[in-house]
Formats: sequence, C-alpha cells, structure tokens
Amino acid sequence: MARVIGDVILDLQNISLSFGGVKALTNISFDVREGEIRAIIGPNGAGKSSMLNVINGVYHPQQGRIVFRGQERRRMNPHEAAAQGIARTFQNIALFKGMTVLDNIMTGRNLLMRRNFLWNALYWGPSRREEIAHRRRVEEIIDFLEIQNIRKTPVGRLPYGLQKRVELARALAAEPSLLLLDEPMAGMNVEEKQDMCRFILDVNEQLGTTIVLIEHDMGVVMDISDRVVVLDYGRKIGDGSPDEVRNDPVVIEAYLGGAAH
Amino acid sequence: MIYREAGQFKASYEEDQQIFPIKQDRIVMATLVVATFLVVPFVASEYWLQAVLTPVLVFALAALGLNILTGYAGQLSLGTGAFMAVGAYATYNFLLRLDGLPFLVGLALGGLSAAAVGIVFGLPSLRIKGFYLAMATLAAQFFIIWVLTKFPWFSNYSSSGIISAQRIEILGFAFDTPVSKYLLTLAIVSLLALAAKNLARTNTGRSWMAVRDMDVAAEVIGIPLMKTKLLAFAVSSFYCGIAGGLYAYTYLGTVEPDGFGLDLSFKILFMIIIGGMGSVLGAFLGAAFILLLPVGINVLMHTSVGALVPATLASNLELIVFGVLIIFFLIVEPHGLTRLWQIGKEKLRLWPFPH
Repeated sequence: MARVIGDVILDLQNISLSFGGVKALTNISFDVREGEIRAIIGPNGAGKSSMLNVINGVYHPQQGRIVFRGQERRRMNPHEAAAQGIARTFQNIALFKGMTVLDNIMTGRNLLMRRNFLWNALYWGPSRREEIAHRRRVEEIIDFLEIQNIRKTPVGRLPYGLQKRVELARALAAEPSLLLLDEPMAGMNVEEKQDMCRFILDVNEQLGTTIVLIEHDMGVVMDISDRVVVLDYGRKIGDGSPDEVRNDPVVIEAYLGGAAH
Repeated sequence: MIYREAGQFKASYEEDQQIFPIKQDRIVMATLVVATFLVVPFVASEYWLQAVLTPVLVFALAALGLNILTGYAGQLSLGTGAFMAVGAYATYNFLLRLDGLPFLVGLALGGLSAAAVGIVFGLPSLRIKGFYLAMATLAAQFFIIWVLTKFPWFSNYSSSGIISAQRIEILGFAFDTPVSKYLLTLAIVSLLALAAKNLARTNTGRSWMAVRDMDVAAEVIGIPLMKTKLLAFAVSSFYCGIAGGLYAYTYLGTVEPDGFGLDLSFKILFMIIIGGMGSVLGAFLGAAFILLLPVGINVLMHTSVGALVPATLASNLELIVFGVLIIFFLIVEPHGLTRLWQIGKEKLRLWPFPH
C-alpha cells in the first residue's frame, strides 16, 4: 500500500512546560501530519520525553494549545488522550509484569470493551462473545509482530528486546490513530533494532498509523522518519526533513557535532 | 504421563479461553465438586462439618475478597475483619427489621452494605498507596468496630453488641443442621469463587492487575484509575461482607463486634500470603492451611508422638509451628502454595522425561 501523507492531525502551538523554576519546554510549536513518521531528537535532558508526556496528557503545559484532529485543548488527561486514539510506549518498559503477553495485549483493548463487571462475573453471552472477538483481533497483532510462541509467557520472564515488542503490541491493540514511541530501540543490539525498524515501518505502511518517535540512534532516525524536530534545552532548534536537519548548522553545533561530517 | 496436555489441541479461541483448558484439570475439578457436594456430607462427622469444613469455606471466601483487592488490584488492606462485620451486622438488621425478607436477599443486602462501606474507605486509595493505604484501612477496622459497639441499635440493644443469628430458612426449608449449613455455605462460596475466577480472566480482572503492576501505564492505555480501584474495593468488600454474614449465620451463630477485630484481618492476610496472592485457588489453599494446621497439630499431640512432648510445651507448640511455617514460606516460596502447586504441575507435565 502506498503511503499517503495527509493533513495535519496534531498541532502543538507555543507549548511551555515548567516544573517549579525548571523550564522543561519553552515555546515549542510543531505539527504532525496524518500517516507520517515524525521523529523528535535532541541531547539528554532536551525535553523529548516531556514533549510526549504533554501530547498524551501525563503533563499539563502551562502555556500553549494542543489541537488533535481539529479539537483544541489546553490540557489533556491520559484517559481522554487514549479515548481519542493516542497510544504510546515508554522509555523504561512499562508492561504489566505479572500478566502474560496475551493479557497485556488484551489490556490494550480495554477502551474498546463495553461489558461491565457484572457481565464479566457471569462470563456468559455478551461478555464471552466480546472476549473472544477481541482475542481474535489480538491474535492478528500477535501474528503481525511475530510473537506467537510467547503468547502465554508472563512478560517478566521475557528478554528485553521482546518486552519492547510486546509493549508495541499493547499500544497497537488499542487501534490508535497516533502512536507515540519513546526510544523504541534503546538498549537493543543491531539485529533487534533492524527488527524493530521493520515493525515500525510495517505499522506505518500497512495500518496507516501516524507515528511520533524519540530515538537516539541517528542512523535509524534519518532512515525511517519523514520529518524531524530537534530539541535542545527545552527549545526547538530545528525542524524539517532528515536531510535539512542534518545540514542545519545550528543542529550540527548543538547536537550532531563532528558525527555529521 | 498422567498429567499431559499433549494431544489436546485447541481449534477455537473459545476452547483456549475456557476456565480449565487442560482436560485433567477439568476432571479433577468435577470430581472435587461432586465429592464436596455429594460425598463429604455423608462421610464427615458433625464436628468436622461444623468446626472445620464450614469455617474453611467461610474464611476462603473472605480471603478471596481480600485477594481481589490486594492480590489482583494491588491495594493493601487491613480492614477485612471490619468489612466482614458490616456484612454480618447488616444481614442481621435487614432480616430483623424487614419482616419476611428471604435469607439470601438479606445476605446479599449485607454484602452490598459492606461494598458501600468499602467504597467509602477505598476513597483514600486514590491518593495514597502501600503502607499508607494500609493505615487508612486500619482506620476503617477500628472505626467500624467502634461504631458497632457504641451504637446499640445495630445489635438490637443486646448487651455488649452481641447478635444471635436468626434461623435460616429458604423456601420453607430450615437450615439448622451442620450438614445443611455446610451445603449452603459450599453452594454460596462455589458460586462466588466461580464469579471471581470469571472476573479475574476478563477485562475487569486485567484492569485490576494493570493498576497493580504499573498504574501510570494503565492510565495511559485508558484504564480509569478511580473507577477501577473503587470497583476493586466494592467487589472485595462484597465478598468479605458475604463471608461475614456466613461467619455469623452458618458458622458461629452468635457474634460480637470484637470478634471481627484486627486479629481476624491479619489472619485473613496471612491466608492470602501463604495461599498465594492474585489467585482464586490461593484463597482456598491458604484458608485450609491456616485452619487445618492447628487441627493437625492437635491430632498429632494425641498420638504416641504427642506423649513424648511435655504438656507445657504442647500447649505452645501450635504457635511455634505456626510462626516457623510462616517464616519458612516467606523465605522458600514467597508466592505461596499456589506457586508450589503450579511448579508441581509443570514438573508433572514433563515427568518422567524432564529433558
């Protein structure tokens, strides 16, 4: 399926966020278009993760506007963000350690499940049908990410790379229109990174999901993203296609340093 | 060889999602149900039915309630005894004050009253967790017992808050023998255990466990924290309330507020620690273990081995063994008897060719 980059789906305008006297983000504006892969890069402490936390409502910016799918809001809460179709993964894996892979991914679909606890206590009729229907969808995601063999394993027992993949699966289970990935390849070896890149590209191309990702591996970022935002000390210092960013003297000065030559 | 899932292929998700996917488990469960309903009432003595089996079931139900809250939803509570007291006293008052109210309706209303009280004392869980939440539920424990003692209305103006359970009658049939009380308890506990198992394996249970394991992530994938935690408190307290009702009506017959004190809460907490957190089976194993251990030691003391032990030591032996076993369990198998059971099953699955 050919990729189609559509209109702006998420527009962030003049976002400022501070914790007490510490300014984490200062007056940042950028947008994300439907169907694209948008990368946020920057040195440690530049405010990348804070930016994601603002988008899905974990942090509330003191200033600025967030327009998501034409709806404007000053602040989101995580639950609203999830209900509107924003899913994410975390920098430090945030899986439910005591549950199996299957249960973790099923949990990702909780917003799509309608039956209340009384039906569930009976596990009869509508409740049972709902569980089975969602199981079917979850199995498609399990196939997609090639984790069939571990579906009944508790996630705590899995190696790091697979846990990252399960977390991606859980985020996909919500059928999001916007997927936020916080360092999806951190701590992986080359092979695992290649796999993860392939999955991210597949998600983007086959499911048409818009993706915003934070990543430190410049090779990966420059290869897979359509546009890149560069943050440094909570300010935006660059924005554009990978080539533009790579050749921007301000960005080279602040971040890429000698590596870009 | 005996316990194998080899050859049991699942052709549909319905089959894979069933409550006991392995055939041997289903056979064991069916046998157990038949045995407890049809065989035990005929072979067990009145003493066993009244003083051992009925309380094991009642405590298993209370442990199940606490396990829903602490084991599944991760909210530590020391108020179990108090929620049981609410169940017992509310059932008593509903049956006393509403003429002709069927027993089961009264019991259910008692459970619902406990659920309502549970929600109120669950409110602090929205802001605090861990030990601090345990302190808040400890407040519930003392406050509720104080209220039941202080206001004689709850015990119909009897001395020191003692209530005597009314006769249980369902559809004209009186439950006044140990066998009938045992069967009534068994039926109620079985149904509620099945419901708990169903809750645990569907969306509701997954939401609880998600909140327990990683509450930030749970919120981000759209699980409403407040609703989920309060639902856990409500369902847990409902179970404890029903257990409290049965404690008064089918087990003891006469209860006082102090009988539902902190000791009881701790006892039930020990049950889920020893039985296994976050498991329906664990509640039953824990309750059986803690209640049967003293019986076992007692029986042992009356054999020839017991004759060798000095009488002064024998009276304290129960406490000593109990304490040692709890420490032993916490060190050797912190996940409780359920985990031992699972390890046993894993081994059995590979036996006799473990490689």
